[in-house]
Amino acid sequence: MVEFRMPSLGADMEAGTLVEWLVKPGDWVKRGDVVAVVETQKGAIEIETFQAGQIEKILVDLKSKVPVGTPLAHIRTELEEKPSVAPAPPTLAPPVAPVVAPPARAPVAAPTLPPVARGAVARAAASPAARRLAEEHGVDLSTITGSGPAGAITYADVERRLGEAPAAAPPERKRALWLDLAAMRMAIAAAMARSKREIPHYYLEHQVDVTHCEHWLAKKNATLPPDNRLLIGALALKAVASAARRFPAFNGFYRDNKFEPAQAVHVGVAIAIRGGGLAAPALHDADQLSLDELMSRLRDLVQRTRAGRIRSSEISDPTITVSSLGDRGVEALYGIIYPPQVAIVGFGKVVARPWIVDGAIGPRSVATITLSGDHRATDGHAGALFLAEIGKLLQEPEKL
Amino acid sequence: MQQAAVRPRTIEMTYREAVREALRDAIKRDDRVFLMGEDVGRYGGCYAVSHGLLAEFGPERIRDTPLSESGFTGAGIGAAMAGMRPIVELMTVNFSLLALDQILNTAATVRHMSGNQFGVPLVIRMATGAGRQLAAQHSHSLEGWYAHIPGIKVLAPGTLEDARGMLWTALQDPDPVLIFENVMLYNMTGQLAADAGPVNIDKAAVRRSGRDISLITYGGSLWKTLEAATALAAEGIEAEVIDLRSLRPLDDASIIASVAKTRRAVVVDEGWRSGSLAAEVGMRIVEQAFWSLDAPVGRVCSEEVPIPYPRHLENAAIPQTPKIVAAAKAALGRA
Repeated sequence: MVEFRMPSLGADMEAGTLVEWLVKPGDWVKRGDVVAVVETQKGAIEIETFQAGQIEKILVDLKSKVPVGTPLAHIRTELEEKPSVAPAPPTLAPPVAPVVAPPARAPVAAPTLPPVARGAVARAAASPAARRLAEEHGVDLSTITGSGPAGAITYADVERRLGEAPAAAPPERKRALWLDLAAMRMAIAAAMARSKREIPHYYLEHQVDVTHCEHWLAKKNATLPPDNRLLIGALALKAVASAARRFPAFNGFYRDNKFEPAQAVHVGVAIAIRGGGLAAPALHDADQLSLDELMSRLRDLVQRTRAGRIRSSEISDPTITVSSLGDRGVEALYGIIYPPQVAIVGFGKVVARPWIVDGAIGPRSVATITLSGDHRATDGHAGALFLAEIGKLLQEPEKL
Repeated sequence: MQQAAVRPRTIEMTYREAVREALRDAIKRDDRVFLMGEDVGRYGGCYAVSHGLLAEFGPERIRDTPLSESGFTGAGIGAAMAGMRPIVELMTVNFSLLALDQILNTAATVRHMSGNQFGVPLVIRMATGAGRQLAAQHSHSLEGWYAHIPGIKVLAPGTLEDARGMLWTALQDPDPVLIFENVMLYNMTGQLAADAGPVNIDKAAVRRSGRDISLITYGGSLWKTLEAATALAAEGIEAEVIDLRSLRPLDDASIIASVAKTRRAVVVDEGWRSGSLAAEVGMRIVEQAFWSLDAPVGRVCSEEVPIPYPRHLENAAIPQTPKIVAAAKAALGRA
């Protein structure tokens, strides 16, 4: 048996409030399954388990605020569980060597689910017709109570919801459920103040001709359905991730007076939340993803973050951050490093500029890329090479 | 009153009589047509379908055969290949298994094996189904098995119109057509238009219109299903009843159009559940209408036992109206 504990989702987190259990005693979980939702200053975070097994006991009630490290549940690991669920095949467990189940546990054990339920995630059943209608109208099925067979959500249930709420309302309501913007503002304040207090920032700026990126994207997107089209932001993220792989001094954490490079490149993506929030969850292993894959993960990440459903690993894992103001922004931004990271790359909006190409002046699309670096970890010289590398990578989008 | 004036004259008759009228009509209209089978002549047919036909048409057209299903089905195939339009009657679907080799290995394959040089324009009629206490060797519903075989058509007339009209259309088909007559329908009485004639044999029919659930059935179960629809209506559930009519080929378009409208389906089939025609219909719904479904597709089939002899057990073994009502309500979450 192992204890599933309240995780630390950042150096500034001391406690979390348990707002939802997504499992119940007897459920089977595997590594990476979301088992609970915890409210922190960063918003509601979906907490994953790193241990596979069967949930034996829930130790913390809903709405309880507990310190980091507090056991939340007991998970019986698969090795312990096997003999008591079903007899192992004879070849694996010779009858002369029976595995003894701890006797004290028997009275507490929750009713065992049939093996077929192993690994099944509890979620609302919804009919195919209901799912399609909900998808067409952006209705969140988890907010609907079903009236169909075994409580399944039916077409009529979704129709009823569509009848009672204007189209824009459900996501709004959902965000209100999970995101406490005031708490998030306090968390941002704490992290940014700490950054400016502790991190000696240096700032570099580089103007990059992205005309080729735009042409390449236009050509590629012409062959893709609208849902799969790439945005220039995906190219920017991939370029930063690839450059960070080549310049490991910008990818990692500064802790205890020394820099620790990270093995993987998890790019934190700054995502603005309507109403004044900001989060920078990780796009895991961004340097390893194809552009298409990266784009689809990015879409998912943005959508979930705005709905207030970020996973714990996404909050604690970023090794470097990218911030982009997009089309409606300004030409340059100078980011504040999110501790304990050591770098943040900023992308300004793409603007048309007279540019000299091959000795002649012509109109080109230009973006200003900035780097805020932690001077304790790196110097401006290395920073310049790193930033220039990002610019170079963007000249050949087809190789990203 | 005006409507009554234009409504065609109807005659009250039984399903049995409607089949007999179809036989008489065919024999009269086409001198290549003859009826052949066990006891069809002097005995008048074991379900009395051909009663009186021997006297009317003589032994050339109404031929008694020995108890040899394989033999006379083979004779029918030969006659059809040689230019006749035989109607072979097999007493029950259980006995038809003795002729299965002729039906599957010969009738269904000759066109293919001969490189399209020969066809088998043969019609085979047989009785199917339980409910008459004829026990486990005379009561099964194996039409679903035949619907598995490419090269033949399989029909299940459930109404007087179809009993009267399907035979002639089947005789016009260049390939073998099997017609399954449910034993419980022979005594059913109804009104048939005096000028009733041939009907199509490739379309399902909506026997009752509804918006809440599609009840898909055929043959003997049709009337139990219509009864179930009436019972459901009393509880505010509007069931649509689809009569498949043709079991091979299946009229997918009609099935899917209905399910797309109602979003729910229960298939009622007197065959055994495993590997049944109901399974095929259900799977086609899942393949073609998955995103329209609002509930799992339900089935009411026979219990997986040899059909019992005692009446109460026989009734319990096959689909009945209360089971259909229960399955429909379960699909609506109102169990």
